[in-house]
Amino acid sequence: MLNKRKEMTSGNLAFAEAMRQVNPDVVAAYPITPSTEIPVKFAEFVANGMVDSEYVAVESEHSAITACVGASVSGARVMTASSANGVALMHEIFPIAASFRAPIIFGLVNRSLGAPVNIHCDHSDSMPERDSGWIQIYCEDAQEVYDSVLLAVRLAEHEDVLTPVFVCQDGFITSHCYEPVELLSDEAVKKFVGERKAKYPLLDVDNPVSYGSFTMSEYYFEIKRTQIEGMNNVPRVYKDLTKELAEYTGREYPALDAYRAEDAEYLIVIMSSATGVVKDVVDEMRERGIKAGCLRVRFFRPFPAEELKKLAKGKKGVAVLDRSASIGGTAPLAAEVKSALYGLSKRVPLQEYLFGLGGRDLYPRDAEKVFSGLMENDYSDTARYIGLLEKDEENGGN
Amino acid sequence: MAGIDLKELTKKQNPLTEGHRMCPGCGAPTAVRQALMAVEDPVVVVGATGCLEVSTTVYPYSAWRVPFMHVAFENAGAGISGVEAAHRVLSRKGVAREKIKFVAFGGDGGTYDIGLQSLSGALERGHDFTYICYNNQGYMNTGAQRSSATPISANATTSPAGSVIPGKLQRAKNLTEIVTAHDIPYVAQTTLHDPMDLIAKVKRAVETPGPAFVNVLVPCPLFWKIDSADQMKVCKLAAESRFWPVYEVTEGKHVLSYKPKNPVPLEDFLRVQGRYSHLFKKGRERMDLVAQGQADVDREWERLLKKCAG
Amino acid sequence: MSKPKCWQDVPPATIAWGASALDVETGLWRSMRPVLDQNKCISCLKCWLQCPDSSIKTSEEGRVCGINMFFCKGCGVCAQVCPVNAISMHQEADFTNEKREHGEDPGRVAGHVK
Ligand SMILES: Cc1ncc(C[n+]2csc(CCOP(=O)(O)OP(=O)(O)O)c2C)c(N)n1
Ligand code: SF4
Ligand code: SF4
Ligand code: SF4
Ligand SMILES: [Mg+2]
Repeated sequence: MLNKRKEMTSGNLAFAEAMRQVNPDVVAAYPITPSTEIPVKFAEFVANGMVDSEYVAVESEHSAITACVGASVSGARVMTASSANGVALMHEIFPIAASFRAPIIFGLVNRSLGAPVNIHCDHSDSMPERDSGWIQIYCEDAQEVYDSVLLAVRLAEHEDVLTPVFVCQDGFITSHCYEPVELLSDEAVKKFVGERKAKYPLLDVDNPVSYGSFTMSEYYFEIKRTQIEGMNNVPRVYKDLTKELAEYTGREYPALDAYRAEDAEYLIVIMSSATGVVKDVVDEMRERGIKAGCLRVRFFRPFPAEELKKLAKGKKGVAVLDRSASIGGTAPLAAEVKSALYGLSKRVPLQEYLFGLGGRDLYPRDAEKVFSGLMENDYSDTARYIGLLEKDEENGGN
Repeated sequence: MAGIDLKELTKKQNPLTEGHRMCPGCGAPTAVRQALMAVEDPVVVVGATGCLEVSTTVYPYSAWRVPFMHVAFENAGAGISGVEAAHRVLSRKGVAREKIKFVAFGGDGGTYDIGLQSLSGALERGHDFTYICYNNQGYMNTGAQRSSATPISANATTSPAGSVIPGKLQRAKNLTEIVTAHDIPYVAQTTLHDPMDLIAKVKRAVETPGPAFVNVLVPCPLFWKIDSADQMKVCKLAAESRFWPVYEVTEGKHVLSYKPKNPVPLEDFLRVQGRYSHLFKKGRERMDLVAQGQADVDREWERLLKKCAG
Repeated sequence: MSKPKCWQDVPPATIAWGASALDVETGLWRSMRPVLDQNKCISCLKCWLQCPDSSIKTSEEGRVCGINMFFCKGCGVCAQVCPVNAISMHQEADFTNEKREHGEDPGRVAGHVK
């Protein structure tokens, strides 16, 4: 059963392959770059009888997520994918899905939100959804995308969690680049994910329930509290799940991926695919005797605040690199990190950076410069920009 | 009506129970009761945001004896699509019962306006469901605003009758014909003038495989400014004045279900409703608008007759 | 049905149990009351078909046999559609001394939130 196979594949195709193996009951999706390949590939599986699923080729993302909610509440296992404007169009329905405790698995292929129109990666599409009540997992590479889909199915459907999951990957960088990915056999996936057992399926006509009630201040607060409880249970449930999957794959993924961080003096906190560059730079600096380290935030919701606090405690300097802005406020990752570190009795110096908007690459020299800044005790009150075209006097010409 | 035994129906449990919070005399709950009365298989209902949804699901209570889901305002068509798709798989797997009927209810706002795209998509994809628009000709849940189903000259809160503008300036759009253009197996239009007509039409709609649509004109006593007892009386005037033709379209074929023997003038329908009272104000009558309304009705009726003829 | 008293009692997923509104006494809204004259009634079921609040009671044989005052909102639709005037409308105030059983007052659904 464990006969695994290694394939050159991309993040999108790895997601689609995981979908095929999970064999969800319903997929309702709508094309948008860079996630289009996922529904296209899945439609092909359906057309060729490789899955038992119903594919609902809806007329918009709003209808895609609505149909997913309807199907999920009915008791079906449901998956979909989208990016950028598609995600934004679904915005209204995300909190409803979470409140319905609909364990939908969502392939979110990160792309910047217009205007201007830009099809490349940043996290401006997923970050506005951080308060929608969904779990958010950010993957570094295609292998992690594949493994995370399997984990997400079990996590979302766990009785103590019952919360939908965004499995995020960086548009084009992860979604379209081919790399070797180890895939499990169909039987292994089947065994790991099992079947969904819904507790109050809408289709149970003998025990009718109503979803989506109207409630003013009488119970709204209490219903939200039950959602918070589901989210609070994620770390405990997830810990066991990633161990269980590791028995098949040999790979375990913590909520917070610490790279040479424990004994580090200087840390960069970052997410998703750009982590690779930082890790390389960390290795290089270590060779030069500098105690650099990296923390990759894999779960943005629930945010691994305790782990982060523990690992950042006592560091000489921390830099947080955000791939989306919160114009007029603190960028999402920096806000979380700062809030997590608030409880430390000794303040850790921290510098915020914005990088990679609209798909701009992060280079090793950028990460080196960030570490140098920390080492030189060079901090500013406001966020700094990496790779931004500045006026001559600031960056020495362009 | 052939095949429907009312006495037998009294033994059936109501899909929509008493204890809901719709206003006294509201046409919507009457329409829902009658619509689902003769459906034999178990029914799953999806509702769009609006008076019906809000007033039947005041947490922690629900007046739905059948499974019910409300997601949002503009997406009842998509919601029922997802439920119906799930049913196809789960009944194949033996997890859900095989015979279940799917019915969506949307107000005119949730159907003519904000939900039109979602409905159109669901019709085009051919899901096996029935969509019932309970059409009170305006946004009641938010306080009687105009919709694209609001008739010309009606006084609504976003098309108020003022000293300069005499209520809504635009005609209502013909949604029933827009839906018909989707070439679905069954489309019908009716009102609360005769319960047997609605009961039979919905029964037919639900039993037709594939998508079906029923547009039911229902009074909102608050907006129409009629007495709470008068829902049937006003609906009869709507049918008899030919303001609201009662017909069905089966596999593309138009058939009149009710042809008034002695049609009453549109004015009779308008006069009983406070939302048109500005047209009949002493000394400031706007009989020109009444005549214009009548001309619209006559023209639409002729068009419909032509469709019925062939 | 007992109402949730704390967040732990709240069923998951915004769920309400089917037909639970049967606890809600909408009859409290009534300002006019329909009175049925059984002697006049021909049991044509017109009132039963048209009542927006399903408040016309029928017997096992399918005959109209009364009006459910726990739910009836007094809209007058039944009286209006009756072909033989078997239902008449009266001021609710005339019945104030009548003893009746109370269910849940819809106006006090939020009673636990003070
Ligand atoms: C996206 C969105 N926009 C606006 C609203 C506010 N809203 C709720 S119900 C409603 C009107 C409903 O009208 P209709 O569909 O005709 O149903 P009715 O209330 O008349 O029964 C509006 C505007 C909403 N809930 N969602
Ligand atoms: S406002 Fe109108 S449509 Fe809404 S419940 Fe009241 S009568 Fe019915
Ligand atoms: S409408 Fe009148 S006659 Fe007919 S059943 Fe009701 S009370 Fe009896
Ligand atoms: S008065 Fe209205 S609510 Fe009461 S029984 Fe008659 S129709 Fe029903
Ligand atoms: Mg309306």
